[in-house]
Amino acid sequence: MSPAIRTEALGKSFTLHLQGGTRIPVLSGVDLAVEPGECVALAGPSGAGKSTLMRCLYGNYGAGSGRILLRHRGAELDLASADARLMREVRRETLGYVSQFLRVIPRVPTLDIVAEPLVARGMPREAARARAAALLTRLNLPSALHALPPATFSGGEQQRVNLARGFAPGYPVLLLDEPTASLDAANRAVVLGLIEAAKAQGTAIIGIFHDTEIRDRVADRLFEVHPEQAFA
Amino acid sequence: MMETPLLEAHGLGLRFGTIPALDGVSLEIWPGEVVAIVGESGSGKTTLLRVLSGLLRPDAGSVAYRGPDGATHSVHDMGEAALRRLMRSDWGFVHQNPRDGLRMGVSAGGNVGERLMAVGARHYGGIRAEATEWLRRVEIDPARIDDTPQQFSGGMQQRLQIARTLVTRPRLVFMDEPTGGLDVSVQARLLDLIRELVADLGLAVLLVTHDIAAARLLAHRLLVMRQGRVVEQGLTDRVLDDPQHEYTQLLVASVLAA
Amino acid sequence: MSTATGYNFAYLDEDTKRMIRRAILKAVAIPGHQVPFGSREMPLPYGWGTGGIQVTASIIGPQDRLKVIDQGADDTTNAVSIRRFFARVAGVPTTERTSEASIIQTRHRIPETPLREGQILVYQVPMPEPLFRLEPRVAETKRLHAMADYGLMHVRLYEDIARHGHIAISYNYPVMVNGRYLMAPSPIPAFDNPKMDRMPALQLFGAGREKRIYAVPPYTAVRSLDFEDHPFEPVRAKAACALCGSRESYLDEVVTDDRGGRMFLCSDTDYCGERQAAVQRDAAE
Repeated sequence: MSPAIRTEALGKSFTLHLQGGTRIPVLSGVDLAVEPGECVALAGPSGAGKSTLMRCLYGNYGAGSGRILLRHRGAELDLASADARLMREVRRETLGYVSQFLRVIPRVPTLDIVAEPLVARGMPREAARARAAALLTRLNLPSALHALPPATFSGGEQQRVNLARGFAPGYPVLLLDEPTASLDAANRAVVLGLIEAAKAQGTAIIGIFHDTEIRDRVADRLFEVHPEQAFA
Repeated sequence: MMETPLLEAHGLGLRFGTIPALDGVSLEIWPGEVVAIVGESGSGKTTLLRVLSGLLRPDAGSVAYRGPDGATHSVHDMGEAALRRLMRSDWGFVHQNPRDGLRMGVSAGGNVGERLMAVGARHYGGIRAEATEWLRRVEIDPARIDDTPQQFSGGMQQRLQIARTLVTRPRLVFMDEPTGGLDVSVQARLLDLIRELVADLGLAVLLVTHDIAAARLLAHRLLVMRQGRVVEQGLTDRVLDDPQHEYTQLLVASVLAA
Repeated sequence: MSTATGYNFAYLDEDTKRMIRRAILKAVAIPGHQVPFGSREMPLPYGWGTGGIQVTASIIGPQDRLKVIDQGADDTTNAVSIRRFFARVAGVPTTERTSEASIIQTRHRIPETPLREGQILVYQVPMPEPLFRLEPRVAETKRLHAMADYGLMHVRLYEDIARHGHIAISYNYPVMVNGRYLMAPSPIPAFDNPKMDRMPALQLFGAGREKRIYAVPPYTAVRSLDFEDHPFEPVRAKAACALCGSRESYLDEVVTDDRGGRMFLCSDTDYCGERQAAVQRDAAE
């Protein structure tokens, strides 16, 4: 079976024009491949570039060099050279991302935040809301909160909203950045279940897990991200 | 599905005297896509908006619009009558100052109804029902349908302008600093409203703004302009989170928590 | 009354008449479109029908018979003086009978008696621009006409219904001519608007102060603007004429004393007189 997502000699550096053009290399020569149904945990010390790698995979950061090959609509696609429109299509259909922090949109109810990616994929609004509600309830977010915008929610509640939004569509490839960082034991168990269910359905998962207990439970293997010699 | 851009501009150039207002600008807008043009005052973004919408003729380059009939029309060769027809049906324009987009002496219902009547609606009851529905959609109490915009707050005026623009279901809307003159709290409400309507109606929007936060909230794609040139463009979150050009880095660094 | 000497036939010199006739021809060719012309100083003030007089002067010939009405009446000051003016400077016969006239110059009415082919109705127009209260920029009104962009006029009608429950325009009610140009029919009562539609006579409009001429050729469609659910309705006083008993004609309300006494009379004096004469003839037989 071919990987759901893989990188070839992926490199990334930042050039800070406002600091006299200082160049900060973060990644170089990253070769990572993840099969459908496989969960790979990124490992390495803080500052090694785990989050940068995730953001490159999602297209939030542009790849500096190398290729990011994603299986999308039955063919391999190089995300490193995909234009913005194609990238939007990929994010709508194939590639999901759960970041650590929820980007709150003013006034939008929690339920609609979770339902939105489903609607974007063509699901009727009411069906999307029903699915969103079920997932939020599973993540122990009381239904009284579903109609409220999450701006005033606690960190843990916001993270669960984020998780529901990321897991709802069932993307073939899912990127998880510290999905359980501010969750209690009960909710960690729910997330564990979600990840296992996604894997069983063939989702390829790449994650950053500081919670080693969770990591050891879900990750099939570790992928070491080596820190570049920064500020040389 | 054979999808094609709604609007396609190639090699736009325009000089005001010795000052290059536009220099080799090319861009495409696809159906359902929100594209923001950001940059400081004088960067040429408003000029670009005026050239793309046919209000200003460029010295060089061309702008092509694909109509609902599938035919491509050169915006600057189609003639004023055709352009006006486009402007009141298939296109919309939301001005920074609601006074430029509203008839201040005409009731809210008349303002919304004008575009319907301009495209041939001749049933008073139908026009009024549609105007009522649109006031509700932009969160203006329908009981105020017979009040004039002079009696409205700035935020309400701007929402009324949006209702008036969207009532004919345009495919492409040009917005020039739509939240420009408003208080911050009013801005947030308006932005959210625009975001919702744009998504519901599947509108293509060309948004000119110097408000990076507004661009992040609304736009799928971003173009950064400086001195008449597009210095950087791409996915909104990538341009803002991983800016490559020196000017974009400066722009992003100047914003408080965008 | 003898013809005055020292004036060209019908007062205006031949070059001026030719210029005005050219404007009229253009106006006839583009029904409802306002054509500018070089309006001349006339021996009466603006607002007294200088536009209509110049049009009449340019088309009248020795074989014509002229009728002039003001608010439907042949015997009011304005009508009398204009009729005498042309009798004097053109020596043409005049009449008060609608059916006998070849040219009828009018202020604010269309005769009740239907006009026929070959007749010409000349309107005196104070303000030719139907959009002038809605769009103050003259250049922009021209652009709106050029683009047939008349949503604005419908906004005015919409506002009327929103405010009053009906379209509250009782005179100078805007019309579309030949499905193309929006036109001000001069301050005739809206009651008269349907008479303009497919009228067999030629209708010419002259605005002296505003220097515009426009026209509706015979048998041209003239439609009063309205809404499907608020159709145009010609309104008249719900009464019969106190003199001739007509329930069809447009009526003037006449106050008869200081105690609220009033009566309704036909505004068209020729029509009313004809009907009274017919009644007397019937009675005599």
